[in-house]
Amino acid sequence: MYKQGLYPIIRKTASAKGIFDLTVLCPEAAELAEAGQFAQLLAPGFFLRRPISICQIDKAAGTIRMVFEVRGKGTEELSHLNVGDNIDLIAPLGHGFTKVDGKAVCVGGGIGVPPMLGIASEYGSDAAVITGFRNAAAVILQEDLKAAGCETVLCTDDGSAGIHGFVTTALEQHLQSKKTDIIYACGPTPMLKAVAALAKQYGVRCEVSLEQRMACGVGACLGCACRTQQEGKEVYKHVCKDGPVFNAEEVIFDG
Amino acid sequence: MADLRVSFAGVEFKNPVIPASGTYGYGREYEALYPLSRLGGISVKGTTLHERTGNLPPRIAETPMGMLNSVGLQNGGAEKFIKYELPNLVTKDTRIIANIAGSTVEECAELAAMLNGTAVDMIELNISCPNVKQGGAAFGTDCTVAGAVTRAVRDASEKPLMVKLSPNVTSITEIAKSVEASGADALSLINTLLGMRIDIKTRRPVLHNNVGGLSGPAVFPVAVRMVWQVANAVKIPLCGMGGISTAEDAVEMMMAGASTVQVGAAIFRDPYAPVKIIDGLNEWCDKNGVKSVSEIVGTVKPW
Repeated sequence: MYKQGLYPIIRKTASAKGIFDLTVLCPEAAELAEAGQFAQLLAPGFFLRRPISICQIDKAAGTIRMVFEVRGKGTEELSHLNVGDNIDLIAPLGHGFTKVDGKAVCVGGGIGVPPMLGIASEYGSDAAVITGFRNAAAVILQEDLKAAGCETVLCTDDGSAGIHGFVTTALEQHLQSKKTDIIYACGPTPMLKAVAALAKQYGVRCEVSLEQRMACGVGACLGCACRTQQEGKEVYKHVCKDGPVFNAEEVIFDG
Repeated sequence: MADLRVSFAGVEFKNPVIPASGTYGYGREYEALYPLSRLGGISVKGTTLHERTGNLPPRIAETPMGMLNSVGLQNGGAEKFIKYELPNLVTKDTRIIANIAGSTVEECAELAAMLNGTAVDMIELNISCPNVKQGGAAFGTDCTVAGAVTRAVRDASEKPLMVKLSPNVTSITEIAKSVEASGADALSLINTLLGMRIDIKTRRPVLHNNVGGLSGPAVFPVAVRMVWQVANAVKIPLCGMGGISTAEDAVEMMMAGASTVQVGAAIFRDPYAPVKIIDGLNEWCDKNGVKSVSEIVGTVKPW
Protein backbone atom coordinates (compact mmCIF):
# COMPACT_ATOMS: atom_id res chain seq x y z
CA MET A 1 0.00 0.00 0.00
CA TYR A 2 1.42 3.34 -1.05
CA LYS A 3 0.30 6.85 -1.94
CA GLN A 4 1.26 9.25 -4.68
CA GLY A 5 0.78 12.98 -4.56
CA LEU A 6 2.18 16.47 -4.26
CA TYR A 7 3.16 17.23 -0.68
CA PRO A 8 4.67 20.35 0.90
CA ILE A 9 8.23 20.48 2.20
CA ILE A 10 8.00 21.87 5.72
CA ARG A 11 11.65 21.72 6.75
CA LYS A 12 14.92 21.74 4.83
CA THR A 13 18.47 21.83 6.07
CA ALA A 14 21.88 21.15 4.58
CA SER A 15 23.29 18.42 6.86
CA ALA A 16 26.78 18.34 5.38
CA LYS A 17 28.42 19.23 2.11
CA GLY A 18 26.12 17.98 -0.66
CA ILE A 19 23.72 16.35 1.81
CA PHE A 20 20.19 17.66 2.26
CA ASP A 21 17.57 16.93 4.85
CA LEU A 22 13.92 17.33 3.81
CA THR A 23 10.82 16.87 5.92
CA VAL A 24 7.60 16.50 3.93
CA LEU A 25 4.06 16.76 5.27
CA CYS A 26 2.27 13.72 3.84
CA PRO A 27 0.03 12.27 6.56
CA GLU A 28 -1.47 9.42 4.52
CA ALA A 29 1.97 8.18 3.46
CA ALA A 30 3.46 8.70 6.94
CA GLU A 31 0.62 6.68 8.44
CA LEU A 32 1.57 3.66 6.31
CA ALA A 33 5.35 4.00 6.51
CA GLU A 34 7.77 1.73 8.36
CA ALA A 35 11.48 2.06 9.08
CA GLY A 36 13.58 0.93 6.13
CA GLN A 37 11.07 1.76 3.42
CA PHE A 38 11.72 4.37 0.76
CA ALA A 39 10.06 7.08 -1.32
CA GLN A 40 10.26 7.81 -5.05
CA LEU A 41 10.76 11.53 -5.58
CA LEU A 42 10.21 13.34 -8.86
CA ALA A 43 13.00 15.77 -9.68
CA PRO A 44 11.75 18.66 -11.83
CA GLY A 45 12.89 18.16 -15.43
CA PHE A 46 13.80 14.49 -15.09
CA PHE A 47 11.93 11.49 -16.41
CA LEU A 48 12.41 8.81 -13.77
CA ARG A 49 11.89 9.24 -10.05
CA ARG A 50 14.75 9.08 -7.52
CA PRO A 51 14.46 6.38 -4.86
CA ILE A 52 15.35 7.95 -1.49
CA SER A 53 15.31 6.08 1.81
CA ILE A 54 12.99 7.24 4.56
CA CYS A 55 15.07 8.48 7.49
CA GLN A 56 12.38 9.23 10.04
CA ILE A 57 8.62 8.87 10.26
CA ASP A 58 6.48 11.01 12.55
CA LYS A 59 2.99 9.56 12.34
CA ALA A 60 1.58 12.08 14.84
CA ALA A 61 2.87 15.04 12.85
CA GLY A 62 2.15 13.26 9.55
CA THR A 63 5.67 13.78 8.25
CA ILE A 64 8.37 11.81 6.50
CA ARG A 65 11.99 12.92 6.72
CA MET A 66 14.51 12.06 4.00
CA VAL A 67 18.22 12.76 3.95
CA PHE A 68 19.86 12.44 0.56
CA GLU A 69 23.14 13.12 -1.15
CA VAL A 70 23.53 15.05 -4.38
CA ARG A 71 24.88 12.34 -6.67
CA GLY A 72 23.90 13.68 -10.07
CA LYS A 73 21.79 16.29 -11.80
CA GLY A 74 18.47 14.82 -10.63
CA THR A 75 19.32 14.87 -6.93
CA GLU A 76 20.85 18.32 -7.47
CA GLU A 77 17.48 19.47 -8.79
CA LEU A 78 15.79 17.97 -5.71
CA SER A 79 18.24 19.87 -3.50
CA HIS A 80 16.96 23.14 -5.00
CA LEU A 81 13.45 22.57 -3.64
CA ASN A 82 12.70 24.71 -0.61
CA VAL A 83 10.32 24.92 2.31
CA GLY A 84 6.85 25.66 0.95
CA ASP A 85 7.53 23.92 -2.38
CA ASN A 86 5.53 20.83 -3.18
CA ILE A 87 7.34 17.61 -3.94
CA ASP A 88 5.83 14.81 -6.04
CA LEU A 89 6.31 11.70 -3.97
CA ILE A 90 5.31 8.03 -4.02
CA ALA A 91 5.61 6.42 -0.58
CA PRO A 92 5.99 4.31 1.38
CA LEU A 93 7.56 1.71 -0.89
CA GLY A 94 9.25 -1.60 -0.37
CA HIS A 95 9.88 -3.91 2.50
CA GLY A 96 11.43 -2.38 5.64
CA PHE A 97 13.51 -3.68 8.53
CA THR A 98 12.26 -6.45 10.82
CA LYS A 99 12.08 -5.37 14.47
CA VAL A 100 13.05 -8.11 16.91
CA ASP A 101 13.12 -8.35 20.72
CA GLY A 102 16.56 -7.66 22.08
CA LYS A 103 19.64 -5.68 21.21
CA ALA A 104 20.39 -4.28 17.79
CA VAL A 105 23.46 -2.95 16.07
CA CYS A 106 22.90 -0.56 13.18
CA VAL A 107 25.78 -0.04 10.78
CA GLY A 108 25.65 2.84 8.35
CA GLY A 109 28.23 4.01 5.86
CA GLY A 110 27.99 7.54 4.45
CA ILE A 111 24.61 8.16 2.87
CA GLY A 112 23.65 4.69 4.16
CA VAL A 113 23.27 6.24 7.63
CA PRO A 114 19.85 7.95 7.16
CA PRO A 115 17.75 4.75 6.95
CA MET A 116 19.38 3.65 10.24
CA LEU A 117 17.80 6.48 12.26
CA GLY A 118 14.26 5.11 11.91
CA ILE A 119 15.00 1.56 12.99
CA ALA A 120 17.54 2.64 15.67
CA SER A 121 14.91 4.94 17.19
CA GLU A 122 12.59 1.96 17.61
CA TYR A 123 15.24 0.31 19.80
CA GLY A 124 16.39 3.47 21.62
CA SER A 125 18.95 2.48 24.25
CA ASP A 126 18.83 -1.11 22.99
CA ALA A 127 20.58 -0.02 19.78
CA ALA A 128 24.21 0.72 19.14
CA VAL A 129 24.68 2.68 15.93
CA ILE A 130 28.06 2.44 14.25
CA THR A 131 28.44 5.03 11.51
CA GLY A 132 31.27 5.65 9.12
CA PHE A 133 32.11 8.69 6.99
CA ARG A 134 34.97 9.90 4.80
CA ASN A 135 35.84 12.72 7.19
CA ALA A 136 34.47 15.02 9.90
CA ALA A 137 32.82 17.32 7.32
CA ALA A 138 30.69 14.45 6.01
CA VAL A 139 29.32 13.39 9.41
CA ILE A 140 25.51 13.49 9.71
CA LEU A 141 22.72 12.54 12.11
CA GLN A 142 24.84 11.97 15.24
CA GLU A 143 22.70 14.29 17.39
CA ASP A 144 19.50 12.65 16.15
CA LEU A 145 20.83 9.20 17.01
CA LYS A 146 21.86 10.35 20.49
CA ALA A 147 18.48 12.05 20.98
CA ALA A 148 16.85 8.71 20.17
CA GLY A 149 18.77 7.24 23.12
CA CYS A 150 21.09 5.08 21.01
CA GLU A 151 24.72 4.38 21.77
CA THR A 152 26.74 5.91 18.93
CA VAL A 153 30.11 4.89 17.58
CA LEU A 154 31.52 7.30 15.01
CA CYS A 155 34.26 6.27 12.59
CA THR A 156 35.97 8.28 9.86
CA ASP A 157 38.29 7.10 7.10
CA ASP A 158 40.83 9.83 7.91
CA GLY A 159 40.42 10.03 11.67
CA SER A 160 39.21 13.64 11.58
CA ALA A 161 36.28 12.68 13.83
CA GLY A 162 35.65 9.71 16.11
CA ILE A 163 37.60 6.50 15.59
CA HIS A 164 40.13 6.39 12.77
CA GLY A 165 39.01 3.32 10.85
CA PHE A 166 36.21 1.35 9.27
CA VAL A 167 32.82 0.51 10.72
CA THR A 168 33.59 -3.18 10.38
CA THR A 169 36.41 -2.99 12.95
CA ALA A 170 34.07 -1.26 15.38
CA LEU A 171 31.35 -3.81 14.60
CA GLU A 172 33.64 -6.74 15.31
CA GLN A 173 34.70 -5.25 18.66
CA HIS A 174 31.04 -4.74 19.54
CA LEU A 175 30.11 -8.30 18.58
CA GLN A 176 32.99 -9.65 20.68
CA SER A 177 31.98 -7.75 23.79
CA LYS A 178 28.20 -7.32 23.68
CA LYS A 179 25.22 -9.54 23.12
CA THR A 180 23.64 -8.72 19.76
CA ASP A 181 20.37 -10.10 18.43
CA ILE A 182 20.28 -8.41 15.04
CA ILE A 183 22.44 -6.27 12.78
CA TYR A 184 21.02 -3.75 10.31
CA ALA A 185 23.29 -2.29 7.65
CA CYS A 186 23.16 0.19 4.79
CA GLY A 187 26.08 1.59 2.85
CA PRO A 188 28.52 0.83 0.05
CA THR A 189 28.50 -2.76 -1.25
CA PRO A 190 32.00 -3.66 0.07
CA MET A 191 30.89 -2.53 3.53
CA LEU A 192 27.67 -4.56 3.33
CA LYS A 193 29.60 -7.61 2.21
CA ALA A 194 32.02 -7.27 5.15
CA VAL A 195 29.17 -6.70 7.62
CA ALA A 196 27.32 -9.74 6.28
CA ALA A 197 30.49 -11.85 6.66
CA LEU A 198 30.94 -10.73 10.28
CA ALA A 199 27.28 -11.42 11.04
CA LYS A 200 27.66 -14.92 9.71
CA GLN A 201 30.92 -15.47 11.61
CA TYR A 202 29.31 -14.40 14.90
CA GLY A 203 26.02 -16.13 14.16
CA VAL A 204 23.93 -12.95 14.31
CA ARG A 205 20.93 -12.31 12.10
CA CYS A 206 21.61 -9.49 9.64
CA GLU A 207 19.45 -7.34 7.37
CA VAL A 208 20.94 -5.13 4.68
CA SER A 209 19.33 -2.30 2.72
CA LEU A 210 20.30 -2.27 -0.96
CA GLU A 211 20.01 0.20 -3.80
CA GLN A 212 19.78 -0.23 -7.55
CA ARG A 213 18.84 1.83 -10.59
CA MET A 214 15.06 1.83 -10.52
CA ALA A 215 12.12 2.72 -12.73
CA CYS A 216 8.61 1.99 -11.41
CA GLY A 217 9.50 1.59 -7.70
CA VAL A 218 6.50 -0.64 -7.05
CA GLY A 219 7.45 -4.06 -8.41
CA ALA A 220 5.91 -3.89 -11.87
CA CYS A 221 8.79 -3.30 -14.27
CA LEU A 222 11.39 -5.67 -12.78
CA GLY A 223 14.14 -3.16 -13.51
CA CYS A 224 15.89 -2.98 -10.13
CA ALA A 225 17.10 -6.57 -10.03
CA CYS A 226 19.54 -7.78 -7.38
CA ARG A 227 21.21 -11.15 -7.20
CA THR A 228 20.05 -13.42 -4.40
CA GLN A 229 20.24 -17.11 -3.64
CA GLN A 230 17.45 -19.37 -2.54
CA GLU A 231 18.10 -23.03 -1.76
CA GLY A 232 21.37 -22.87 -3.70
CA LYS A 233 19.71 -21.41 -6.77
CA GLU A 234 20.43 -17.89 -8.01
CA VAL A 235 17.32 -15.73 -8.19
CA TYR A 236 16.94 -12.11 -9.26
CA LYS A 237 14.83 -10.32 -6.71
CA HIS A 238 13.83 -6.68 -6.93
CA VAL A 239 15.04 -3.92 -4.65
CA CYS A 240 11.80 -1.93 -4.86
CA LYS A 241 9.38 -4.64 -3.79
CA ASP A 242 11.27 -7.59 -2.28
CA GLY A 243 13.66 -5.05 -0.69
CA PRO A 244 15.21 -2.61 -0.21
CA VAL A 245 15.81 -4.59 3.00
CA PHE A 246 16.99 -8.16 2.51
CA ASN A 247 18.20 -10.91 4.76
CA ALA A 248 21.99 -10.61 4.29
CA GLU A 249 22.35 -14.39 3.86
CA GLU A 250 20.34 -14.40 0.63
CA VAL A 251 22.19 -11.53 -1.07
CA ILE A 252 24.98 -12.23 -3.56
CA PHE A 253 27.22 -9.18 -3.13
CA ASP A 254 29.64 -9.93 -5.97
CA GLY A 255 28.91 -8.57 -9.42
CA MET B 1 -19.54 11.93 -21.92
CA ALA B 2 -17.98 10.80 -25.16
CA ASP B 3 -18.22 7.18 -26.23
CA LEU B 4 -14.75 5.81 -25.56
CA ARG B 5 -15.58 2.24 -26.56
CA VAL B 6 -13.58 0.80 -29.40
CA SER B 7 -13.85 -2.40 -31.36
CA PHE B 8 -10.36 -3.66 -32.06
CA ALA B 9 -9.65 -6.82 -34.05
CA GLY B 10 -13.10 -8.08 -33.08
CA VAL B 11 -12.65 -7.40 -29.37
CA GLU B 12 -14.71 -4.71 -27.62
CA PHE B 13 -12.67 -2.44 -25.34
CA LYS B 14 -14.41 -0.03 -22.94
CA ASN B 15 -11.78 2.56 -23.84
CA PRO B 16 -8.67 2.52 -26.04
CA VAL B 17 -6.08 2.85 -23.24
CA ILE B 18 -3.97 -0.18 -22.32
CA PRO B 19 -0.92 -0.30 -20.02
CA ALA B 20 1.94 -1.68 -22.11
CA SER B 21 3.54 -5.04 -21.57
CA GLY B 22 6.44 -5.02 -19.14
CA THR B 23 5.48 -1.75 -17.50
CA TYR B 24 2.50 -2.89 -15.47
CA GLY B 25 3.22 -6.46 -14.37
CA TYR B 26 -0.17 -8.15 -14.10
CA GLY B 27 -1.76 -5.08 -12.56
CA ARG B 28 -1.33 -6.12 -8.93
CA GLU B 29 1.01 -3.24 -8.07
CA TYR B 30 -1.40 -0.55 -9.24
CA GLU B 31 -4.67 -1.83 -7.81
CA ALA B 32 -3.99 0.03 -4.59
CA LEU B 33 -4.44 3.29 -6.50
CA TYR B 34 -7.44 2.67 -8.76
CA PRO B 35 -9.60 -0.23 -9.93
CA LEU B 36 -8.17 -2.01 -12.98
CA SER B 37 -11.70 -1.96 -14.43
CA ARG B 38 -10.99 1.64 -15.41
CA LEU B 39 -8.57 0.40 -18.07
CA GLY B 40 -9.45 -0.61 -21.60
CA GLY B 41 -7.24 -3.62 -21.12
CA ILE B 42 -3.89 -4.73 -19.79
CA SER B 43 -1.08 -6.07 -21.90
CA VAL B 44 0.55 -8.29 -19.32
CA LYS B 45 4.24 -8.87 -18.71
CA GLY B 46 5.87 -10.74 -21.60
CA THR B 47 5.43 -14.46 -21.02
CA THR B 48 7.77 -17.16 -22.24
CA LEU B 49 7.28 -20.93 -22.29
CA HIS B 50 9.63 -21.44 -19.34
CA GLU B 51 10.61 -19.18 -16.47
CA ARG B 52 13.25 -16.60 -17.39
CA THR B 53 15.53 -15.00 -14.84
CA GLY B 54 16.25 -11.94 -16.98
CA ASN B 55 19.46 -9.98 -17.42
CA LEU B 56 22.10 -9.01 -14.88
CA PRO B 57 21.61 -5.60 -13.23
CA PRO B 58 21.81 -2.68 -13.79
CA ARG B 59 18.82 -2.96 -16.09
CA ILE B 60 17.69 0.68 -16.09
CA ALA B 61 19.33 3.87 -17.35
CA GLU B 62 17.72 7.28 -17.45
CA THR B 63 17.92 9.32 -20.66
CA PRO B 64 16.68 12.80 -21.61
CA MET B 65 12.89 12.44 -21.30
CA GLY B 66 13.08 8.71 -21.40
CA MET B 67 14.85 5.61 -20.25
CA LEU B 68 16.65 2.49 -21.38
CA ASN B 69 15.77 -0.93 -20.05
CA SER B 70 17.33 -4.33 -20.43
CA VAL B 71 15.12 -6.44 -18.17
CA GLY B 72 15.41 -9.38 -20.54
CA LEU B 73 11.89 -10.80 -20.28
CA GLN B 74 12.13 -11.90 -16.65
CA ASN B 75 8.92 -13.82 -16.01
CA GLY B 76 7.58 -16.90 -14.29
CA GLY B 77 6.70 -18.79 -17.47
CA ALA B 78 3.41 -19.61 -19.18
CA GLU B 79 2.15 -22.16 -16.68
CA LYS B 80 2.53 -19.76 -13.77
CA PHE B 81 0.79 -17.04 -15.77
CA ILE B 82 -2.16 -19.30 -16.55
CA LYS B 83 -2.46 -20.81 -13.06
CA TYR B 84 -1.61 -17.84 -10.87
CA GLU B 85 -2.03 -14.54 -12.71
CA LEU B 86 -4.90 -15.21 -15.09
CA PRO B 87 -7.45 -16.32 -12.44
CA ASN B 88 -6.82 -13.00 -10.66
CA LEU B 89 -6.96 -10.92 -13.83
CA VAL B 90 -10.29 -12.35 -15.01
CA THR B 91 -12.00 -10.84 -11.96
CA LYS B 92 -10.89 -7.31 -12.89
CA ASP B 93 -13.38 -6.53 -15.68
CA THR B 94 -10.81 -5.40 -18.21
CA ARG B 95 -9.51 -6.94 -21.41
CA ILE B 96 -6.56 -9.27 -20.99
CA ILE B 97 -3.89 -9.21 -23.65
CA ALA B 98 -1.35 -11.99 -23.23
CA ASN B 99 2.04 -10.85 -24.47
CA ILE B 100 4.03 -13.89 -25.55
CA ALA B 101 7.63 -14.33 -26.69
CA GLY B 102 9.44 -17.46 -27.77
CA SER B 103 12.99 -18.28 -28.75
CA THR B 104 11.87 -20.44 -31.68
CA VAL B 105 8.89 -20.43 -34.03
CA GLU B 106 7.71 -23.72 -32.50
CA GLU B 107 7.92 -22.25 -29.00
CA CYS B 108 5.78 -19.27 -30.02
CA ALA B 109 3.16 -21.63 -31.45
CA GLU B 110 3.23 -23.81 -28.34
CA LEU B 111 2.73 -20.77 -26.12
CA ALA B 112 -0.20 -19.59 -28.22
CA ALA B 113 -1.77 -23.06 -28.08
CA MET B 114 -1.47 -23.10 -24.27
CA LEU B 115 -3.65 -19.99 -24.15
CA ASN B 116 -6.47 -21.58 -26.17
CA GLY B 117 -9.45 -22.13 -23.91
CA THR B 118 -8.26 -19.59 -21.34
CA ALA B 119 -9.84 -16.23 -20.50
CA VAL B 120 -7.23 -14.32 -22.49
CA ASP B 121 -8.98 -11.89 -24.87
CA MET B 122 -6.15 -11.35 -27.30
CA ILE B 123 -2.59 -12.41 -27.96
CA GLU B 124 0.20 -9.93 -28.52
CA LEU B 125 3.07 -11.76 -30.14
CA ASN B 126 6.31 -10.04 -29.26
CA ILE B 127 8.71 -10.36 -32.18
CA SER B 128 10.64 -7.31 -31.13
CA CYS B 129 12.23 -7.60 -27.69
CA PRO B 130 15.70 -6.06 -28.03
CA ASN B 131 16.96 -7.57 -24.78
CA VAL B 132 17.03 -11.30 -25.43
CA LYS B 133 19.58 -13.20 -27.45
CA GLN B 134 17.28 -15.72 -29.12
CA GLY B 135 13.96 -14.96 -30.77
CA GLY B 136 12.94 -11.44 -29.85
CA ALA B 137 14.08 -8.86 -32.35
CA ALA B 138 15.67 -11.57 -34.50
CA PHE B 139 12.08 -12.47 -35.49
CA GLY B 140 10.97 -8.93 -35.98
CA THR B 141 13.70 -7.60 -38.23
CA ASP B 142 13.34 -10.04 -41.13
CA CYS B 143 10.20 -10.10 -43.26
CA THR B 144 10.30 -13.83 -43.96
CA VAL B 145 10.90 -14.85 -40.35
CA ALA B 146 8.32 -12.34 -39.05
CA GLY B 147 5.80 -13.81 -41.49
CA ALA B 148 6.65 -17.40 -40.57
CA VAL B 149 6.32 -16.90 -36.81
CA THR B 150 3.06 -14.99 -37.29
CA ARG B 151 1.68 -17.82 -39.45
CA ALA B 152 2.68 -20.47 -36.92
CA VAL B 153 1.00 -18.61 -34.07
CA ARG B 154 -2.08 -17.81 -36.18
CA ASP B 155 -2.48 -21.50 -36.98
CA ALA B 156 -2.01 -22.53 -33.36
CA SER B 157 -4.27 -19.95 -31.76
CA GLU B 158 -8.01 -19.44 -31.55
CA LYS B 159 -7.54 -15.91 -30.17
CA PRO B 160 -7.33 -12.62 -32.02
CA LEU B 161 -3.66 -12.11 -32.80
CA MET B 162 -1.80 -8.82 -32.52
CA VAL B 163 1.88 -8.75 -33.49
CA LYS B 164 4.22 -6.25 -31.79
CA LEU B 165 6.70 -4.73 -34.20
CA SER B 166 10.27 -3.57 -33.74
CA PRO B 167 11.24 -0.06 -34.79
CA ASN B 168 14.84 -1.22 -35.25
CA VAL B 169 14.37 -2.01 -38.93
CA THR B 170 15.03 -0.30 -42.24
CA SER B 171 11.40 -0.48 -43.35
CA ILE B 172 8.72 -1.14 -40.76
CA THR B 173 6.04 -1.10 -43.45
CA GLU B 174 7.59 -4.13 -45.20
CA ILE B 175 7.58 -6.10 -41.93
CA ALA B 176 4.01 -4.93 -41.24
CA LYS B 177 2.80 -6.09 -44.64
CA SER B 178 4.47 -9.47 -44.25
CA VAL B 179 2.89 -9.96 -40.81
CA GLU B 180 -0.51 -8.88 -42.14
CA ALA B 181 -0.25 -11.30 -45.07
CA SER B 182 0.59 -14.09 -42.61
CA GLY B 183 -2.70 -13.76 -40.76
CA ALA B 184 -2.23 -11.16 -38.01
CA ASP B 185 -5.48 -9.51 -36.88
CA ALA B 186 -3.78 -6.37 -35.59
CA LEU B 187 -0.36 -4.81 -35.09
CA SER B 188 1.10 -3.04 -32.09
CA LEU B 189 3.97 -0.64 -32.45
CA ILE B 190 6.52 0.45 -31.54
CA ASN B 191 8.61 -1.66 -29.22
CA THR B 192 11.66 0.12 -27.78
CA LEU B 193 14.45 1.60 -29.87
CA LEU B 194 17.86 0.09 -29.26
CA GLY B 195 20.07 2.49 -27.32
CA MET B 196 23.11 2.79 -25.08
CA ARG B 197 24.46 4.98 -22.27
CA ILE B 198 28.02 5.03 -20.95
CA ASP B 199 29.11 6.05 -17.46
CA ILE B 200 32.01 8.36 -18.33
CA LYS B 201 33.59 7.89 -14.89
CA THR B 202 33.90 4.12 -15.15
CA ARG B 203 33.78 3.95 -18.98
CA ARG B 204 31.29 1.14 -18.51
CA PRO B 205 27.90 1.02 -20.20
CA VAL B 206 25.25 1.89 -17.60
CA LEU B 207 23.35 -1.27 -18.52
CA HIS B 208 25.02 -4.57 -17.77
CA ASN B 209 23.61 -5.80 -21.08
CA ASN B 210 25.55 -2.89 -22.67
CA VAL B 211 22.54 -1.95 -24.80
CA GLY B 212 18.83 -1.71 -24.09
CA GLY B 213 15.50 -0.44 -25.29
CA LEU B 214 14.70 3.27 -25.30
CA SER B 215 11.20 4.34 -24.27
CA GLY B 216 9.45 7.38 -22.86
CA PRO B 217 8.47 10.74 -24.37
CA ALA B 218 11.82 10.85 -26.23
CA VAL B 219 10.58 8.21 -28.70
CA PHE B 220 7.07 9.60 -29.22
CA PRO B 221 7.67 11.37 -32.57
CA VAL B 222 9.35 8.25 -33.96
CA ALA B 223 6.37 6.16 -32.84
CA VAL B 224 3.84 8.56 -34.38
CA ARG B 225 5.74 8.51 -37.67
CA MET B 226 5.91 4.70 -37.75
CA VAL B 227 2.24 4.27 -36.83
CA TRP B 228 1.30 6.70 -39.60
CA GLN B 229 3.46 4.90 -42.16
CA VAL B 230 2.16 1.47 -41.18
CA ALA B 231 -1.45 2.70 -41.12
CA ASN B 232 -0.99 3.69 -44.75
CA ALA B 233 0.49 0.31 -45.65
CA VAL B 234 -1.88 -2.22 -44.04
CA LYS B 235 -5.62 -2.72 -43.56
CA ILE B 236 -5.57 -4.38 -40.14
CA PRO B 237 -6.03 -2.12 -37.07
CA LEU B 238 -3.12 -0.75 -35.06
CA CYS B 239 -2.38 -0.35 -31.39
CA GLY B 240 -0.05 2.66 -31.13
CA MET B 241 2.54 3.06 -28.44
CA GLY B 242 5.87 4.69 -27.74
CA GLY B 243 6.20 7.62 -25.39
CA ILE B 244 2.52 8.38 -24.83
CA SER B 245 2.16 10.23 -21.54
CA THR B 246 -0.85 12.55 -21.96
CA ALA B 247 -4.34 12.40 -23.43
CA GLU B 248 -3.16 14.78 -26.17
CA ASP B 249 -0.43 12.27 -27.07
CA ALA B 250 -3.07 9.54 -27.28
CA VAL B 251 -5.23 11.73 -29.57
CA GLU B 252 -2.20 12.39 -31.77
CA MET B 253 -1.36 8.69 -31.95
CA MET B 254 -4.95 7.84 -32.85
CA MET B 255 -5.02 10.54 -35.54
CA ALA B 256 -1.86 8.95 -36.95
CA GLY B 257 -3.82 5.74 -37.37
CA ALA B 258 -3.95 3.83 -34.06
CA SER B 259 -7.32 2.44 -32.95
CA THR B 260 -6.04 1.73 -29.44
CA VAL B 261 -2.99 2.93 -27.53
CA GLN B 262 -0.62 1.49 -24.98
CA VAL B 263 0.96 3.52 -22.22
CA GLY B 264 4.29 2.33 -20.85
CA ALA B 265 7.16 4.28 -19.35
CA ALA B 266 4.84 7.17 -18.41
CA ILE B 267 3.44 4.90 -15.68
CA PHE B 268 6.84 4.86 -13.93
CA ARG B 269 6.73 8.62 -13.62
CA ASP B 270 3.03 8.79 -12.78
CA PRO B 271 1.27 5.56 -11.84
CA TYR B 272 -2.06 7.29 -12.52
CA ALA B 273 -1.05 8.04 -16.14
CA PRO B 274 -3.43 5.49 -17.79
CA VAL B 275 -6.51 6.75 -15.94
CA LYS B 276 -5.54 10.39 -16.46
CA ILE B 277 -5.25 9.66 -20.18
CA ILE B 278 -8.69 7.99 -20.20
CA ASP B 279 -10.26 10.96 -18.40
CA GLY B 280 -8.38 13.38 -20.62
CA LEU B 281 -9.55 11.61 -23.79
CA ASN B 282 -13.13 11.92 -22.64
CA GLU B 283 -12.68 15.65 -21.95
CA TRP B 284 -10.91 16.21 -25.24
CA CYS B 285 -13.68 14.50 -27.19
CA ASP B 286 -16.37 16.51 -25.37
CA LYS B 287 -14.55 19.79 -25.98
CA ASN B 288 -14.02 19.01 -29.64
CA GLY B 289 -17.47 17.73 -30.43
CA VAL B 290 -16.26 14.16 -30.95
CA LYS B 291 -19.06 11.77 -29.98
CA SER B 292 -17.09 8.57 -30.34
CA VAL B 293 -13.33 8.41 -29.92
CA SER B 294 -13.08 5.98 -32.85
CA GLU B 295 -14.01 8.85 -35.16
CA ILE B 296 -10.55 10.35 -34.84
CA VAL B 297 -8.59 7.24 -35.90
CA GLY B 298 -6.44 7.97 -38.93
CA THR B 299 -7.87 11.47 -39.43
CA VAL B 300 -4.53 13.22 -39.80
CA LYS B 301 -4.58 15.42 -42.89
CA PRO B 302 -1.10 15.09 -44.38
CA TRP B 303 0.32 18.01 -46.31
